[in-house]
Amino acid sequence: MTVQELIPSMELTVFHLAQPERPVAGGYAGDLLSWVISRAGQDCAWLTIMSNQNVAAVALMADVSCIILTEGVQPDADLLRRSREKAVNLLGTSLDTFSAACRLGKALA
Amino acid sequence: METIRLVYPVEGGDLIEAGEASSKMKLTLKKLGLPQDVIRRASICMYEGEINMVIHADGGQAEVEVEMDQIVIRMIDSGPGIPDVEQAMQEGYSTAGSTARELGFGAGMGLPNMKRYSDEMTIDTEVGKGTTVTVKIKIPQ
Repeated sequence: MTVQELIPSMELTVFHLAQPERPVAGGYAGDLLSWVISRAGQDCAWLTIMSNQNVAAVALMADVSCIILTEGVQPDADLLRRSREKAVNLLGTSLDTFSAACRLGKALA
Repeated sequence: METIRLVYPVEGGDLIEAGEASSKMKLTLKKLGLPQDVIRRASICMYEGEINMVIHADGGQAEVEVEMDQIVIRMIDSGPGIPDVEQAMQEGYSTAGSTARELGFGAGMGLPNMKRYSDEMTIDTEVGKGTTVTVKIKIPQ
């Protein structure tokens, strides 16, 4: 499944879509950036409520396919700017992290 | 292939801007056509090193050598040094302040992550003088 296909399937909000054709190979949920960079797998969709601009750098380094901000969290202006600069896919959902993870799991099944 | 040397300054102070050096290196490694997994591991190591430098040493310098069969990354700073390297290598041990923690860092994962994602890691440190962390990432032939 690609990021482009995941968007309607999870009814995601698009904040920035730089690489729609990136494959989504799995998921990871976490807010502690140190943990995320250590544990998130390549090409996974990353669910988080963190919205500072370091999130874009972590997404780039860990090579995740997209960031999904959960709980209706809006990206701060710097995160949005940095996602554009770094060509990072930045999406959102009003679902809480658990429900979003379940939805993602179903979409990928 | 001749060895390619890259040097990136790491600005101190502002953690929110950290990651610029790693981002630039990642782009360069991509252009060199290295395997995706090698690029990912090198980027993670350098990013963790960069974050450490910003939090603990007010910046420093990253020197990267891309050789035929490996990437060598040296993170060099003139910070306070690490009094107990063994303790610093323990997952969960951190001396980072509250600002770093609020941003999602300072979980005591930086050096352990660098070890985890590299093939070889050495730490040269002297209290009051500074620290050089060197990681090597092998390029599968």
